[in-house]
Amino acid sequence: MYNADKVIVGILVLIIFFTTPFWLNYKRVEALPKPERAEKGEKCIEDTAYMRAYHMKLLDEWRNEKVRESKIYYQSSDGRIYLKSLQRTCMECHRSMANFCGRCHAMFAVKPDCWKCHIAPEEVKKWR
Amino acid sequence: MWNDLFVSILALIILILVPLVGVGLLGLDYLFGIVIPYLAFTIFIGGLIYRMIYWAKSPQPFKITTTCGQQKSLPWIKHSRLEAPASTWEVGLRMFFEVFLFRSLFRNLRADLVGKRLVYGSAKWLWLGAILFHLGFFIIIIRHLRFFVHPVPDFITLLDEIDGFFQLTVPTLYVSDILILLGLVFLLLRRLVDAKVNYISYASDYFPLLLIIAIVVSGILMRIFTKVDLYAVKELAYGLVTFKPVLPKAEIGVIFYVHLFLVSSLAVYFPFSKLVHMIGIFFSPTRNLPNDNRMVRHVNPWDYPVKYRTYCEWQEEFRDVLEEAGIPIDDDWCKETQKKA
Repeated sequence: MYNADKVIVGILVLIIFFTTPFWLNYKRVEALPKPERAEKGEKCIEDTAYMRAYHMKLLDEWRNEKVRESKIYYQSSDGRIYLKSLQRTCMECHRSMANFCGRCHAMFAVKPDCWKCHIAPEEVKKWR
Repeated sequence: MWNDLFVSILALIILILVPLVGVGLLGLDYLFGIVIPYLAFTIFIGGLIYRMIYWAKSPQPFKITTTCGQQKSLPWIKHSRLEAPASTWEVGLRMFFEVFLFRSLFRNLRADLVGKRLVYGSAKWLWLGAILFHLGFFIIIIRHLRFFVHPVPDFITLLDEIDGFFQLTVPTLYVSDILILLGLVFLLLRRLVDAKVNYISYASDYFPLLLIIAIVVSGILMRIFTKVDLYAVKELAYGLVTFKPVLPKAEIGVIFYVHLFLVSSLAVYFPFSKLVHMIGIFFSPTRNLPNDNRMVRHVNPWDYPVKYRTYCEWQEEFRDVLEEAGIPIDDDWCKETQKKA
């Protein structure tokens, strides 16, 4: 092998680059945090799989329909009626922004701007 | 070459159908979620190392640097450092501009017949398409670390915020996704529309482009249209890189497995196709050698020892004749060279 020193350095750089996630996780592997279960209520407005994947789309739709078209009620796929409200419907059962929303969002570097206008339940408690 | 295009499309369709059937119908989540990604990654790294060692074993008989400027010469002649690098440092500089900015593509020319005259003009489109595609791909790979690392490092959060700056959709549309698609579509159209490029395009050119387009499209679909359970995705991805692979309990959509299988296919295809130019650029003798032929003697490694006669031996043989003819004899010089040897 010619230029063995340079080639070996190249191979090492290649391996280190493509194993970046391994090095970033090195020595601090832990169980992924689970979002806190709802404090009350038996069933979410839609089934869990749908909510996990599509909650942001649903909230976006709610925002548009409620604010722009004054359609304030939501009928879920099993026929129940809910008020379209993040604070008064969702957070009624999921009572912590940090432990329910925040845990997952932090895992994915997601920073939704809901709470720039809405008031998290934690904030509400402080003022009562 | 249209046949090549159709073969590539067919290959891509098969690659999409495999996980659709495998996961969607047969429920082989374990195979497609854990076994194939591990296998693909091993082949990817192993294949690249194999190629590097294979290339490093081939001898370099001549110094064949591409030069496009004045080589280093007498001190009052201006030396073009990037176009005819003379030292390792200058070679490194030229490599840097080549690898990160695609300097040679920036010099791409178009040739057209104007009447009977062949006219050359500047053509930066190839450079633009290439840089959009490569840079987009790089940013997307870095961004994907958020699925593999926990907690997510700050620089990825920052990159994510910059990339999603426009907040056009929910979830945010990434700028890099749009740019890479523009680049890829241009690179594909160039092969389809330009007759001169079309003529030299084969399946090995169309297939990687189509495969990467399919990966990007499936990724964008999964992010913005047919959503998947991201928590489950992270459970799987995090399990893979921490060597504790688990299949998440919650079901991930089939589209995720299509995306993952296409990426695995790309990884396996990578070291054995033209895509390996990622490594090959560093092994290109036209780029990685300094243009110092007149300063450093390049020895061909496969030269065998040639039996030759030295001047001194020749002088010894014909000493009588040389003396007779009055030609000076260099005895001192011969002694000196023998000492040195």
